[in-house]
Amino acid sequence: MNDTISTSKAAALQLSGLCKSFGSGLSYTKVLHKAHFEARLGELLMLVGPSGCGKTTLLSILAGTLHADEGEVNVLGQALHAMSEKERTAFRAKYLGFIFQQFNLIPTITVAENVSVPLLIQGHSVRKALRKAVQTLERVGLGKRVNERPMKLSGGEQQRVAIARALVHEPTLVLCDEPTSALDSENGVAVMKLLREAANEPGRTVIVVTHDPRIYHFADRMAEMEDGRVFRVLEGAQDIAAHHPAF
Amino acid sequence: MFRLALRMLYGDRSKYLMLMSGIVFATILMAQGGSLFCGIMSWMASTLHNVRAPIWVSDPMVQQVGDNRPMRDTDVSRVRSVEGVSWAVPLYQSVIQVKLGNGKAQAVTLMGIDNTSLIGAPQTMLEGDIEDLRKPNSVIIDIYGVQLLGRELGRPIRVGDRFEMNDREAVVVGICKVQRGFMGGPYMYTSYDRAVLYAPSQRKMLSFVLAGVQEGADAATVSARISAESGLRAYTEDEFFWSTIAWYMRNTPIPINIGLIVLIGFIVGTAVSGQAFYAFVLENTRNLGALKAMGLGTWRLAAMLVIQSLTVGMTGYGIGMGVVSLMGRALIRSGRVPFLLLWQVGAIVGCAVLIICTISALLGISRIARLEPAIVFRS
Ligand SMILES: Nc1ncnc2c1ncn2[C@@H]1O[C@H](COP(=O)(O)OP(=O)(O)O)[C@@H](O)[C@H]1O
Ligand SMILES: [Mg+2]
Repeated sequence: MNDTISTSKAAALQLSGLCKSFGSGLSYTKVLHKAHFEARLGELLMLVGPSGCGKTTLLSILAGTLHADEGEVNVLGQALHAMSEKERTAFRAKYLGFIFQQFNLIPTITVAENVSVPLLIQGHSVRKALRKAVQTLERVGLGKRVNERPMKLSGGEQQRVAIARALVHEPTLVLCDEPTSALDSENGVAVMKLLREAANEPGRTVIVVTHDPRIYHFADRMAEMEDGRVFRVLEGAQDIAAHHPAF
Repeated sequence: MFRLALRMLYGDRSKYLMLMSGIVFATILMAQGGSLFCGIMSWMASTLHNVRAPIWVSDPMVQQVGDNRPMRDTDVSRVRSVEGVSWAVPLYQSVIQVKLGNGKAQAVTLMGIDNTSLIGAPQTMLEGDIEDLRKPNSVIIDIYGVQLLGRELGRPIRVGDRFEMNDREAVVVGICKVQRGFMGGPYMYTSYDRAVLYAPSQRKMLSFVLAGVQEGADAATVSARISAESGLRAYTEDEFFWSTIAWYMRNTPIPINIGLIVLIGFIVGTAVSGQAFYAFVLENTRNLGALKAMGLGTWRLAAMLVIQSLTVGMTGYGIGMGVVSLMGRALIRSGRVPFLLLWQVGAIVGCAVLIICTISALLGISRIARLEPAIVFRS
């Protein structure tokens, strides 16, 4: 794996000619056909489209957790499709942060311990990881809840814990799959504000998969998907507002 | 990550207890069964434990110490004349009925030891003196006999009590403590000459010849020489012990019965712990998948599971062995049930627990290896 990461605006990530299908025979479904997609450093990019159009599949492929049948996956200057499983795992640990629709916090450990996990994976000491976790939790406004179990927190708070976990190791790329769909609009907006802030940091890209129009205005750019491919990319708030007039 | 693994494990209290109860149960059943087995086997060979002699000589057909195929009295001197033998004395052993004063009877193992040397006498006297066996009609009874005969009589047996054996009177002159036998009731000691009178008369009476070896001679060599020269069967103490154990293993259902207990412990332990651990992994599938997505490799996840299952295993093993040794202590004190917790039993049970943990962890790991990290993106 090459350790030098490209910081040029155009090359945060580039996926081209992606094909992916599941199953065989009667259950065969073609999810992605020749999808192209790119994101730049320093932006919050939204990937939108109707349910089942392949957004999660695309996100999984660019996270390196799912193999494409065809196509190239270049993330931060690295050819993910050519890496071994081990290299991809190490790559994810270092450069990627994740936010899931279902939060996926470990229920039996404290909030701070949950947030420290990415640092522990990278081999930091428990003490150092916990200290950093607490700092990050303070930044998302949960400094007082660090020693509680995740289940004690509301959905919005849990998702903020997940954001802290996704940011604690200062990853270059933050991937969010429907981060607001399990939340009411107030909490959804709070979560998006934090993600917006994270994207404002130089050298970081935040990709948000969503079909929640309430949060469209947080995007710098918007890639629209349908039938397994990205058919249009909207640049800037004006363009987005023009095509999604409700917001 | 190991700390995290343990925190995940301890965090789910009920699952943790469930997992551990399987191991505790398996440990108890296996260690209890093993100790019962060792206890029974040691009781089978109690005579060898109580009567210490470097060489035991018997009829050629005898394979275990409980067997009685009498030899001629002259066989003692034949053994004594073999080169390397320093001494040889007769030993009488058989199960006979003791008639109590109130007309009730009880079976005891009557031991007749050499009149002059008293070789084969009990090591621990609780009351009286072994030399009292030189008095007329004297017998020494073990503490178990005191209880057992006392129960028949309605009061504890005391020194000075009188019984009848084969229409001859016997007086208790001492009480000793010896290891109990598995069959044949309590031990009662008397001199060889008197034992022959207390027992129903037979053409031949001599059960064993006990022999010592001269200084510098080797028991195994001398024993082989006795066998060759006399046509009798001579065993070293050790040989006779293992021959006795082997005989009971071959000729009684004890190994199979206890083997079944141990096997059930192993299977139930594996089933309960294995399935509880698998359920633990299944329940945590999303979280483990999230860890995998966040960049934790399969090997490190597997190591976490191994740590978890070993922690459960060691804790459960510790608790189980603790329970067994407490139960064992109570059993030994009661003196009614054979129980011998050898370290070998502990080691074997420990290995079995390790195997259970390995199976459990492998079940979990097989699940993790198949885990697509992409599942965590699915709702
Ligand atoms: N592992 C899978 N096996 C079979 N079909 C799948 C699998 N993953 C996704 N699909 C199918 O692919 C399609 C796109 O799924 P997904 O990428 O989750 O869409 P979206 O996130 O846009 O709602 C759906 O029809 C879904 O049923
Ligand atoms: Mg989806």
